[in-house]
Amino acid sequence: MPIEYYIFLSLALFSIGIVGVLTRRNAIVVFMCIELMLNAVNLLLVAFSKMYYAMAVVNNSATTFGTDGQLFVFFIMVVAAAEVSVGLAIIVMMYRNTHSVDINFLNRLKN
Amino acid sequence: MIAVLLILIPVLGGLISLFLKEAGTARSWALLSSVVTFAVALSGIFIYDHLNELSFNAEWVTSLGSNFSLSMDGMGKILCLLTTFSFPVVFAATYKNNYRQPGSFYGLMLLMQAGLTGVFLATDGLLFYFFWELALIPAYFLCSIWGGEKRIAVTFKFFIYTFIGSVLMLAGILYLYFQTPGHTFSLQSWYHLNLPANSQNVLFWLFFIAFAIKMPVFPFHTWQPDTYEQAPTGVTMILSGVMVKMGIFAVIRWLVPVFPLATAHFANVVITLSVIGMIYASLLAIRQDDIKRLVAYSSIAHIGLMCAAIFTQNKIGLEGVIIQMFNHGINVIGLWIVADTIEKQLGTRKFSELGGLAQKAPVLAVLFMVMALANIALPLTNSFVGEFLMFNGLFQYNVWIAGIAGLSIILAAVYTLNMMQKIFYGDTVAATVHAQETSKNVQWVLAILVILVIALGIYPQPMINLVKDTVNAVLPNL
Amino acid sequence: MSETFVKILLGFIVLWPFAGFVLNGLGWHGNSKKAIARYACYMVLSSFVASVVIFFAIKSHGAYTVTYFNFLDTGSLKISFSFQADQLSSLFLLIITGVGFLIHVYSAAYMHEEEPKHYARYFAYLNLFIFFMLLLVLGANYVIMFFGWEGVGLCSYLLIGYWFKNNEYNYAARKAFIMNRIGDLGFLLGIFWLISKLATVDYATVFAQAQSLSNFDVTMITLLFFVGAMGKSAQIPLYTWLPDAMAGPTPVSALIHAATMVTAGIYMIARSNVLYSMSEVTMNIVAIVGLVTALFAATIALKQNDIKKVLAYSTVSQLGYMFLGLGVGAYTGAVFHVMTHAFFKALLFLAAGSVIHAMHHEQDIRKMGGLKKYLPITHITFLLGCLAIAGIPPFSGFFSKDEILAAAYAKNPLYWGLGVAGAAMTAFYMFRLYATTFLGSFRGTHDQEHHLKESPSAMTIPLIILALLSVLGGFLGIPEVFAHDSHLLKTFLSPVIATGAGEHLEHGTEYMLMGISVAIAALAVIFAISKYKKTPELGEPAGFGKILSNKWYIDELYDTVIVKPLNVLAGFLKNIIEKSGIDGLVNGVGRLVNYSSRQLRLLQSGQTGSYILFMVLAMIVIIFLWIDDHFIYKFISGLF
Repeated sequence: MPIEYYIFLSLALFSIGIVGVLTRRNAIVVFMCIELMLNAVNLLLVAFSKMYYAMAVVNNSATTFGTDGQLFVFFIMVVAAAEVSVGLAIIVMMYRNTHSVDINFLNRLKN
Repeated sequence: MIAVLLILIPVLGGLISLFLKEAGTARSWALLSSVVTFAVALSGIFIYDHLNELSFNAEWVTSLGSNFSLSMDGMGKILCLLTTFSFPVVFAATYKNNYRQPGSFYGLMLLMQAGLTGVFLATDGLLFYFFWELALIPAYFLCSIWGGEKRIAVTFKFFIYTFIGSVLMLAGILYLYFQTPGHTFSLQSWYHLNLPANSQNVLFWLFFIAFAIKMPVFPFHTWQPDTYEQAPTGVTMILSGVMVKMGIFAVIRWLVPVFPLATAHFANVVITLSVIGMIYASLLAIRQDDIKRLVAYSSIAHIGLMCAAIFTQNKIGLEGVIIQMFNHGINVIGLWIVADTIEKQLGTRKFSELGGLAQKAPVLAVLFMVMALANIALPLTNSFVGEFLMFNGLFQYNVWIAGIAGLSIILAAVYTLNMMQKIFYGDTVAATVHAQETSKNVQWVLAILVILVIALGIYPQPMINLVKDTVNAVLPNL
Repeated sequence: MSETFVKILLGFIVLWPFAGFVLNGLGWHGNSKKAIARYACYMVLSSFVASVVIFFAIKSHGAYTVTYFNFLDTGSLKISFSFQADQLSSLFLLIITGVGFLIHVYSAAYMHEEEPKHYARYFAYLNLFIFFMLLLVLGANYVIMFFGWEGVGLCSYLLIGYWFKNNEYNYAARKAFIMNRIGDLGFLLGIFWLISKLATVDYATVFAQAQSLSNFDVTMITLLFFVGAMGKSAQIPLYTWLPDAMAGPTPVSALIHAATMVTAGIYMIARSNVLYSMSEVTMNIVAIVGLVTALFAATIALKQNDIKKVLAYSTVSQLGYMFLGLGVGAYTGAVFHVMTHAFFKALLFLAAGSVIHAMHHEQDIRKMGGLKKYLPITHITFLLGCLAIAGIPPFSGFFSKDEILAAAYAKNPLYWGLGVAGAAMTAFYMFRLYATTFLGSFRGTHDQEHHLKESPSAMTIPLIILALLSVLGGFLGIPEVFAHDSHLLKTFLSPVIATGAGEHLEHGTEYMLMGISVAIAALAVIFAISKYKKTPELGEPAGFGKILSNKWYIDELYDTVIVKPLNVLAGFLKNIIEKSGIDGLVNGVGRLVNYSSRQLRLLQSGQTGSYILFMVLAMIVIIFLWIDDHFIYKFISGLF
């Protein structure tokens, strides 16, 4: 499959994520949109990684060129997981304080 | 070694003082430390007077090509003497004053001393900048913590003013750094830069504005009367006695020889500004009703003369400037001491509320009289020599400018005698009717200053000999 | 006499009064007034004796120049602290220390009511004055002269404001100092001009090299010096301080404001006669200023009623004569007049002081009268002084004034005419003063009359000595017409003052001039006595007399033209320019920063959504910029 397909898919996911983050007020939805963006990036990383590996392995069967992209994907997943746990905890605390998960109420924190 | 000690002793003394709680201990410690420094300075200048002792060089920030290099030439000697002499004088004269957190107060004062001495000794651009800020920052804290009612606003103004100057100067220093072959901050290499005229013209203003704010030269002066009025008097003495000399010093060492073309090019502008400032400040001084503000404006007028005399690029004038830095320093400190005494004892600084003090405090009146006469540069006082040489320089530059600047001599007599008359003469008023003679320590300190004023007025030649090497280095081709 | 001896002696002449100043100033003698006065007087007496020794040394040997140390040596400019004792300065030395000593003795009695500490202060100032005055005349260069020049101004300030509780006196003192400072600035600029042309200030070198100066330079230097002389010697336009200076104690007026300090300007010009003779323009200006001052001050003196004010204006007027003499080249005549004036004017002031003392500090002559029988010695001495100043032969004033007038005639007969008119006025107002004060009947209170008695001998003896000098002093300068080579002063001063050629008048003319001026003066004297003996002016003058008694409103004029505008300007600078202008600008910058940050703060709304929006927008911008530096340019150009 041509690389463009992956790029377009990733772009679509990323854009959906951005639009979601910008337009939605529910903290959980915003959160999910952020995940969507992260995964869009993940997808792109994996796709490029595969592509470069496939190109390099033609010349040298022992090469590992391009595989470090996939390493990053793991890093991102780990960080995302950590972030989810912290983020959800914040949202829960937020709900306890304001009985709402509307991010516009977050400005109350400054008082 | 001497050069390092002059900085090291105040730094250590200051750091230790920061931890002292007791007021008595802190002030004795500060006095002791400053007296020791003064003794070291004296020994350095009169006994161990050779280059090895008076200069120092060590690696500092090697990655940037900056060295911790100090050197004391004639001008440096005079200013180190002034600095190290002023601090014990100030500490002794304000010995009876009580400060909150005395340890911190004296600690910061001593750190400021280290910064000032460093500025006068540094021969490395980065080091110079470092000390410049080291002197400024304690002053900022001293004013904002121990100052008068409006201290926060005023200190803020002071800080912003000087900081803008510093930033401009830093930009200039960095530019010069990248211009030097082999990237160095060394003063000597900057002297040999020979930059093209147009870049000199820009850099000149970067540096000059920083120095002009410090001096201050009209129209960069408005921070000064406010700051002098609000700062605790001990700090004011140092600010006007020593710190404003940083600006003049820096012009002589870091501006004129580094940018000779720009100096010649802008000499007219600077001299005009300075002379306007002299007359302007003198006129304002006539209308002041507050001792501190009057002295502040009088100081601006005198500094204006010094700045103008530097830019005449005349050797005689420059010699006058350098010795006048010392003379003006001790004179103005003397005036502040009297202002402080009056304010502490009578609770007011307003002329309209004072009068007839000479009947109650004749000794103070006499001592103040001598300081006032020195302020108007009467012959046989120290300032006469300096002003004579400076006016002479100005006259050789342009007759008309000297004539106009000379008007400040007359105006100085007007405001100084006004001050004298309104405080000391006439009949006693409500504020002074129960006044007493000032305390012994103030009398002694003032007496020492008075003796110095007269001695240097009668026999100034040793000081002139001291400054010759600097003058020849700064204006070599004349 | 050996050079070293002269050097030491000159040092002592100067240092003795200084020691008196220091010791009395520090309160060395505690509360003993006797010790204070004795000490101060001995110091001046010692200087006087030493001055006599120096005088004879110079007479036999010639001038000495001695150097003590280098005051300043900057390489290109060298000013040494050195003294020059020559004929001119030794003459002044004698006048200063001699008259100074007499006035010290007089003061000891005159000031006896003062508290000891103020008494000590008075003598300290007086000694300091002598010190500076000696510095002024002994200096061997213009800078040392300037030391003394400003120093005597300081002492004058201190002594005018001696009774510092009275603010009127303080203002008078300040006025004197500031007016002197204006002159001093001129002097100083003259010195700088000299330095810029000749690189030296030593008299000897300057006069030797004077020929190398251009005409313009000489004119400017001498004019600037003359500005200094105007201030110190109270010439138009800088004379108004001198009458006000009468606020000081009377002996001070005698010493400083009549006999010595105010003649410093004449000394300076006589000293620089080499320079002055080179510039025709300056000479004319000096002569005209002197003549105008002489007449102008004389008119004011006609209508003054304060005994000291009359004498003060008379001093201004007589100083004018001296400048006239200098301006027409009669340097010796001017110096001669300085000397005789020192005698008779000091005498007149001291006698006036004796009157004031007897009248318990009353100075208004309208409240005196008939003092002749109460104060016999004062009366006689005052009369002698009046005769001397009026120019009646053979009293001293006749000789000196005649010499000046004769020289003026040689230069321009108009000068002579006006000079004689002034002399007539002088004779008139002096005898008006004399008649109103001493003749007629007593017009004071009964209480004053009861206490009237002659002053103590410490006061009358100086009067008598000065009276003798006023009578005899003129014989030092007998004019050529009476006897050949009998002008002792001219002979003595000839090494320092070159006598100009062609000044000599025909003997017949000279006799005629002399006769006319003496006749006019004598008429004025008789007229004044007959007019005021019986009917003194007691009321307020009207018409032109009012203008005169208000001193032509010059003080008011200066106040309106100079002082007030200056104050308004200073107030304008303080309140408008400084506060609203410069500080306003600075604070305006601060306020702008404050305002814009308050506006920017609104972006920090706390709305998470808007933060994210800004973030995204910023990222988009950064990405586009990063992709291609010229993206925006291309984007915009692509649009069109």
